Amino acid sequence: MTPILRAQDIRVTYRDHTLLDVPDLTLAEGEVFVTIGPNGAGKSTLLRVLAALQRPKRGWLYFRGNRIPWRRALSYRRRIAVVLQDPLLLSMSVYRNVALGLYLRGRWGAPVRKRVMHWLDQFHVAHLAHRPGHSLSGGEAQRVALARAFALEPDILFLDEPFAGLDMPTHLEILADLRRVLRETGCTTFLVTHDRDEALALADRVAVMLEGSIKQVGTVDDVFLHPVSEEVAAFVGVENRIPAHIVSARGGRTHVLLPGGERVEVLGEFDGTGDCLFCVRPEEIRLHPMSSAPLPPNSLRGRVVQSISLGTQVRVIVAMGETLWRVEVSRSTWRHLHLKEGDDVYITIPPQSIHLLTGSAAVTQGKDTPYP
Amino acid sequence: METIWAGIREATQLLLHRDPYVLEITALTLRVSGTATLVALVLGVPIGVALAFLDFPGKSIIVAAVNTGMGLPPVVVGLVVALMLWRSGPLGWLGLIYTPTAMVIAQALIAWPLVTGLSMAALQQLDPRLRWQLLGIGASSWQMVLLLLWETRLLLVAAIIAAFGAVISEVGASMMVGGNVAHHTRVLTTATVLETSKGNFALAMALSTILLLLAYLVTFALTSLQQRARRL
Repeated sequence: MTPILRAQDIRVTYRDHTLLDVPDLTLAEGEVFVTIGPNGAGKSTLLRVLAALQRPKRGWLYFRGNRIPWRRALSYRRRIAVVLQDPLLLSMSVYRNVALGLYLRGRWGAPVRKRVMHWLDQFHVAHLAHRPGHSLSGGEAQRVALARAFALEPDILFLDEPFAGLDMPTHLEILADLRRVLRETGCTTFLVTHDRDEALALADRVAVMLEGSIKQVGTVDDVFLHPVSEEVAAFVGVENRIPAHIVSARGGRTHVLLPGGERVEVLGEFDGTGDCLFCVRPEEIRLHPMSSAPLPPNSLRGRVVQSISLGTQVRVIVAMGETLWRVEVSRSTWRHLHLKEGDDVYITIPPQSIHLLTGSAAVTQGKDTPYP
Repeated sequence: METIWAGIREATQLLLHRDPYVLEITALTLRVSGTATLVALVLGVPIGVALAFLDFPGKSIIVAAVNTGMGLPPVVVGLVVALMLWRSGPLGWLGLIYTPTAMVIAQALIAWPLVTGLSMAALQQLDPRLRWQLLGIGASSWQMVLLLLWETRLLLVAAIIAAFGAVISEVGASMMVGGNVAHHTRVLTTATVLETSKGNFALAMALSTILLLLAYLVTFALTSLQQRARRL
């Protein structure tokens, strides 16, 4: 991994309040790095600092090993491009909006024209070239904003929630186009979003940001299946976080006792004995009707308490004694199960889908995710 | 009633026959007020930009002063400029009192806070994230300011209209620092005052009509510019 941008010891404060505290962060050449976190976590502030749009209270950026002077960051800013949540087009034609970044760099003439039209075409807005920037719909304008950024052929692309203001179909269409263009160009990208699905669709690496600091960095699987703490688990959608007890760990397996006394096998040997937090994503759990046999390992008996439609998915709450399990199945699976509220059911938790938080990470439990 | 009709008849005559006296006064009026507006723009817009984008201690005091200045009584400006330029005053050695230059100075001082205050307000109503966006596509600080001014051009033209309207219709300061000297510093407003005091109502009306017409034509030109910019 060749580092392209390194941020060190970054701190942003407002009065006595620390908004951002990032000791060390490195972007690798060609990767898509997605920072996720709830609103107000400091993601956008981090993006502005990394793009040298905002000077932090403390800290430095290194671009390909060279320190960027905060007061003379223009030559760095001319190697990058930024797309914000709102397209923020200027009151000039779409064509000029896209060409503007090149004009600012003193480039004119036929090569500019060719490049602008190429990128308008890549984002399917070439037909709008002569329309005024302010006359476009939200989706069209965001496509133009993306074309404007790519027309600069940046070394690093910064995207700050570029899809947040869009309706779902438009969101998905533009996401698909962006994904294709990122694949084709291999452009190093730093994307900020609160939408986990966007991270799943685009990311090579994911960082989870909470309350101004990065809590975990890793591959999509690392972060989404093996969160390092309960707060990260809660944010990345690991909704089943159940206090449990480790009985034994040997031979690549860990055995755990759930609150109701059920014994469950977990793939991997987890350190420590005693209390842990049993974590599993709702979409990893499978449902089996009472009649099905033989049952796979880790099948537990419970009762359907509630089912909630979430569009293409159905969320099912299964009670097992005091413990409530959140399960997500597709609508068609749910139809075939012929289950209704009050029915008994087996839930199966694949051993490889379980993550145990042990040690101090297990102690912070208590915050419950509201459902659905 | 008779006076009014006579006035209208004479005003029409003067206008139709391009009376040299009236033409001279009109030309000087345009020159003085046009130059004053231009000076106010050159001095006022950069300060408006600074007040809109920079944060420094005491900024609110300056902003309040500028906003007060937008309603500055011309006679006060006239008095201050006259005191400065008076032959025995601190700037008396320049020999500017009772010259068109003195009138330009006074009028520019009247227009300056208007231009500053309105351009500041115009820039402040832009989306603050637009600055980040412009920097994020590689604009230097200067390029950013120019592009932001471009974005507010409709309101900047409105500021020019307001400034020009204020100075062309102003009489107190021009009288005090220009002295209403015939063929030298006599403008439409000061001439109107003089002719009215002499009882030449017809001439006064002719001059007033021209003043109104002039103000209207300049504003019309600026407005068409503004509305064309809007369609861009």
